[in-house]
Amino acid sequence: MTSDGTAKVTLPADEQILITREFDVPRHLVYRAWTTPELVRRWWSGERGEMTTVEIDLRVGGRWRYVMVTEGGGEVAFHGEYREIIPDERIVYTEVFEGTPDVQALTAVTFTGAAGQTTLAILIRYGGGQERDAHSAYMQDGLEEALDLLGRTAKALARR
Amino acid sequence: MARAATTTDVFNAVAEPRRRQILDVLTDGERPVNDLVRVLGLPQPQVSKHLRVLRAVGAVEVRDRGRQRLYRLNGRALKPIHDWVRHYERSWSERLGQLDVVLQELQHQQEGDGGGDE
Repeated sequence: MTSDGTAKVTLPADEQILITREFDVPRHLVYRAWTTPELVRRWWSGERGEMTTVEIDLRVGGRWRYVMVTEGGGEVAFHGEYREIIPDERIVYTEVFEGTPDVQALTAVTFTGAAGQTTLAILIRYGGGQERDAHSAYMQDGLEEALDLLGRTAKALARR
Repeated sequence: MARAATTTDVFNAVAEPRRRQILDVLTDGERPVNDLVRVLGLPQPQVSKHLRVLRAVGAVEVRDRGRQRLYRLNGRALKPIHDWVRHYERSWSERLGQLDVVLQELQHQQEGDGGGDE
């Protein structure tokens, strides 16, 4: 797989989303950028707004919270708890979008690679051991079907 | 599981496996309801029920040809799903693109400090 500068989104299993991207830098730098508040502040909001809060208590059981203000003035906040930390290799944490507080995801971020190349893999699992209430069912089904249908609708749209 | 919203939201409407199967069959073109009954192996009333949900959210359209009711896919109604995925993928691409900018700078700084990696 070559580095083409785009994130790839795939569905390895039900209720899982995998996002991968290649970087031309060593993995300890990617890990540092992922875990240092001043650095996260600079990239996490992408091109959609400004980070107003980045709190990282990087230890197992420690909490994190990110808040972004979008260009339209809306506030988007996420928080969670670290479950596993292996420096330069892997971080696992829970993740809750504060707009849907009943839906918790478990996210595993792995940093692999050598010789100045890094593959970043973000595996987001919904409903892992959580009760599937109507809301999370909606989220999960929505995600799965969205990804699943992409190819098929593209095919259908192409005929028009 | 709450199913109340199935008739108002295309995401929920397609969350049901049988309805996805119907959409799958219809990607190959317009089909009479009898074909759908045969392919799905379900009693006609059940198939009709699923088709009603799909029609309610606009995912399929129907027309009469003689005594036959023909169903076809309406790609436009499925566009929100399409757009949602695109949006998801794009926002991650932007975020990680921005991360890349930060990383290039970090690496540049390190090289500038004369410190090699590892």
